[in-house]
Amino acid sequence: MSGSVLAPVRATFRAVAEAVVREAASLSPEGWRELEAQVETALASRPEAMQRQLVTFLRVIEYLPLLKHFRRFSRLSLDARTGILRGLEFSTRPLFRRGMWGLRTLVFLGYYTRDDVQGALGYRAHADGWSARRTTAEMRAAAAEPLGEG
Amino acid sequence: MTRPDGETREYDIVIIGSGAGGGTVAQELAPMVAQGVRILVLEQGARLEEHEFTGRELEMSSALYEDAGGFLTADGTMTLAFGRAYGGSTVVYTGTSLIAPDRVIRSWCVPGLDFSDVERRSQKFMAQNDVHYLPRVLLNDNNKLFVTGCARVGAKAEQFPLNLRGCKGSSLCNMGCPNAAKMGTHRVQLPAAERGDVEVVTRAEALRIENHAVVARVHERRPGEKGLPSSWAPGDYRITARMVVAAGGSIGTSALLLRSPALAALRGVGERFTCHPAHILVAEHEREITNDVGHPKSYYLDRAEHEGYVLETCMYFPFVTAKNLTGFGVEHSTFMRAFPRLQMILVLACDKAVPGNRITVDAAGKAVVHYTFTPAVIRSMVSATRMSARIFFAAGARRVHAPSADPTLIEREQAYRLDDLIVERHFLPGRISVSAAHLMGGCAMGQEGASVTDSRGRVHGMPWLRVADSSLFPDSVEVNPYLTVMALADRVAEGIRDDWRA
Repeated sequence: MSGSVLAPVRATFRAVAEAVVREAASLSPEGWRELEAQVETALASRPEAMQRQLVTFLRVIEYLPLLKHFRRFSRLSLDARTGILRGLEFSTRPLFRRGMWGLRTLVFLGYYTRDDVQGALGYRAHADGWSARRTTAEMRAAAAEPLGEG
Repeated sequence: MTRPDGETREYDIVIIGSGAGGGTVAQELAPMVAQGVRILVLEQGARLEEHEFTGRELEMSSALYEDAGGFLTADGTMTLAFGRAYGGSTVVYTGTSLIAPDRVIRSWCVPGLDFSDVERRSQKFMAQNDVHYLPRVLLNDNNKLFVTGCARVGAKAEQFPLNLRGCKGSSLCNMGCPNAAKMGTHRVQLPAAERGDVEVVTRAEALRIENHAVVARVHERRPGEKGLPSSWAPGDYRITARMVVAAGGSIGTSALLLRSPALAALRGVGERFTCHPAHILVAEHEREITNDVGHPKSYYLDRAEHEGYVLETCMYFPFVTAKNLTGFGVEHSTFMRAFPRLQMILVLACDKAVPGNRITVDAAGKAVVHYTFTPAVIRSMVSATRMSARIFFAAGARRVHAPSADPTLIEREQAYRLDDLIVERHFLPGRISVSAAHLMGGCAMGQEGASVTDSRGRVHGMPWLRVADSSLFPDSVEVNPYLTVMALADRVAEGIRDDWRA
């Protein structure tokens, strides 16, 4: 599979992503492009068979609601989409559970590796470690703290 | 002479892999170079420059891990993480340095292998790698809360000895230390080997082993990729050697042997695979705690012998954390937004080698890992999850995320019902995230006819071929494995030196 994996199923992928991470709904067009670029990069190193499975799974998700909701997945409300994805997550068929796990993992990869998102979460890991956080006095205080039951 | 396999090169000893096994063998054999023995190490991954260790989650996982850390088992229910770099998995571990328990070595029943020998050699590498306990000033709240929680439930947390030198507490161990503080083989054994004129070639993928030879492909450095280019020109090579040492890790070595037609007669390759399946458990506190600063894995609770699990402190990065929280949507996002208040515990099940859990290769020769969670493993993980939840609540957590519970979020008010809420029927493979980084077995040591190698890694019937990595383990080691790998690799190197003299 050459070129974009998500291109033929982009609308479905975005509709899934918004249900998986609600905050994704407020991403700018540029933000979406960045998220999808990360996902595409991750998919590029995966076997073509896996890429095809993903596309097929997204197509199944897109048309599955027609049976019950008479509308395609990407045209459903956020709550309805969440309900459908929840059904897949708890499906008695391991294939659907694994598919859903893989899909949500891709969305998380695209969303939670963004610098702005990590910053907003309060994630502050820094190469300088403690010296980027504590003053010398704080280090001394930390050394004196009791450890254990306290 | 050029063959269809490409350029031919001659060495005396070729070591495939540069992690805990390959790096150790390289160092221990290095003095032989002065006697005219030509030694080569082939490493599939790249050699990164110091400034390239940025700690950034996505770029480092792509640069340092096989499949960027997302290698999946055949049925897609578990992620396996293993390093692919100069130094192998020692670049990305947390440096926890424990000696294999006496009872485990005895249970392996490997003729010629006893605990005292493993212990002695492990201690040698503990000294070499500067293993010590982290001073209290460098402990973060995430670790202190674990100690407190354990004490309050009547359990004794033990401190991990760590192989660090000048740790600044970046918390980025699993992304490769940005401060060169972790004493992996890339910092200690490989540089020592290279000072002794052992040649190390990176970006060199071993395609197959032939009789006294390795066919390898050296890959080009792609634009934008981290790491130095290989010292050999890209292309295929046939490297002849009197001795070949396979040290590509449990999965790498097993797959290499399985895709080598010359080794088709070998029996038992790929079998006896174990991996300490793990959950990341997360709890939310009322107040912010220090979690993304300081060494992430300083304490553990050992319940391996009687309950089949070990709990370790841990702290992961936003994407890994998101992936390991079960579910999605509003609840998931709410938990993620509590990042500065999160405490984490890693639950590891001490699995046993069983038929069916094994490594094979597909038509292209790529490793395929088949793994089914046995009832014993599920029982251990659920039991460990309950214990972790108790520890979290005892340490003051307001809510706990437990993958084997439905709903997965357990509030403090429900803490008295943990036995009812966290149950085996909610351990739903494919839905919950399970990962493993302690990959063991595939070329088990043991008696001829019932194993792949003897206790010194000599492949039965092929004395020119040795194995020196965690694939030698006949069963799980029940502690972090790198030190045991080094001890066994030391034995392999000693065997090679003895055989060479003979």
